[in-house]
Amino acid sequence: MSSLAAVFKSTLAKDLRMEWRSKDAINSMLFFALLVVVIFSFSFDPTAEESRQIAGGLIWVAFLFAAVVALNQTWARELRNQVLDAYRISPAPANSLFLAKTVGNFIFVGVLELLMAPLFVMFYNLRPIGPVWELAVVGALGTWALVVNGTFFAAMSIRTRSREVMLPLILFPVSIPALLAMVEATTAILTGDSSPVFWMNLLAVYDLVFTTACLLLFETILNAE
Amino acid sequence: MRTKLTIFGLIAFALLSYGLYQAMIVAPTEATMGNVQRIFYYHVPSAWTAFLMFFANFLASAWYLIKRGPRADAFALASAEVGVVFCTVVLITGPLWARPVWGIWWTWDARLTTTLILWLIYVSYLILRRYSSGGQTPVLAATLAIFGFIDVPIVYLSIRYFRTQHPQPVIAGGQGSGIDPLMLKALLINWLAFLVFGAIVLWVRYKLERARQQVEEAHALREEQQYEEKPLINARAIR
Repeated sequence: MSSLAAVFKSTLAKDLRMEWRSKDAINSMLFFALLVVVIFSFSFDPTAEESRQIAGGLIWVAFLFAAVVALNQTWARELRNQVLDAYRISPAPANSLFLAKTVGNFIFVGVLELLMAPLFVMFYNLRPIGPVWELAVVGALGTWALVVNGTFFAAMSIRTRSREVMLPLILFPVSIPALLAMVEATTAILTGDSSPVFWMNLLAVYDLVFTTACLLLFETILNAE
Repeated sequence: MRTKLTIFGLIAFALLSYGLYQAMIVAPTEATMGNVQRIFYYHVPSAWTAFLMFFANFLASAWYLIKRGPRADAFALASAEVGVVFCTVVLITGPLWARPVWGIWWTWDARLTTTLILWLIYVSYLILRRYSSGGQTPVLAATLAIFGFIDVPIVYLSIRYFRTQHPQPVIAGGQGSGIDPLMLKALLINWLAFLVFGAIVLWVRYKLERARQQVEEAHALREEQQYEEKPLINARAIR
């Protein structure tokens, strides 16, 4: 147990320190999400009422695409420096590596969302009608749903030929129900028309099911020769 | 193998012909939809066969992760490919029927969307297999298959809550369900025919994949032996 926590802590601390110094992931994600917001705004040219209807979808599509940028970088550095090989021969538990990477990505995407949210509110003149604290819950659950599978699938796609292209191809189909739940919950809160409770529960179930699946199968993926 | 294939091929041909006769001539014309309803005898059996193939793929993938046998991997690949083909038939015949009956080609209904997402998941499975190389392909593919399979109930649940338009199940679907016995007969014969046909394609694809695996193993073994400068033993010694 203690090795689990120690490996988790040191990996997470290393990733956060590297990101803090280089700001690679967060810069590219931020700029990418900004581009998506601007391009959507031009392509749909929504009025205030329309934008409340579609903002839930826009926000999450922007975050989904931006998250892929960070997720793709998760394992690239480790593979380049043969860290994964070293990890395989060490007795360190595989799941603590996975959890550290997932929590790291969760923090990166979470920071991105916190930075982007004011921009969305500004560009689309949003004023949520439902309770705002629920948005935070949906954000946390939805981000976890994206990054837990994303981190796992990135470990798979890193082993294929066209790495960067492969991740969205395998991640998006499985993520569709989570994306639907995030979008519907966010729209429900923004418009105040319906209750987001069902979608929040669905997200929680999705998170629980796929976190369990990832933890059960990550060691298999790490050791795939 | 060739004789068996011929026999099963003839059985499938006979069943498909008989099924066609039953569906097109014997089964009565549906009261409100007319002849366009007859696509049902191909749409539904394809769907059932596709779902069965995907379930077989899940079992083979789980089996592969536990036992690591190349046979399970070959079976998983074959069932996913055949499943995608039948699922494509479902997705093409569905809109052909929906256009005259509903007046629209497509709607984001629970079963339509679930089938489409299922199709997307297994196409992504085949793409992953295509783009990964060497001994890790089966492990990666089997893992993705597990993820895809546990995703299906969540997809269905979410879209069911979202909206639903697809006709309710007509067989064992509760009150008011049930179809003419001749229609049921045509449906079941066609399902049997599609199952036999699907099983033949699955079998041939499985044999083909096994042959490819064996060739690959033989090549790997030979390279290893040349490297070690040892005489070549019989390559058939490995499974």
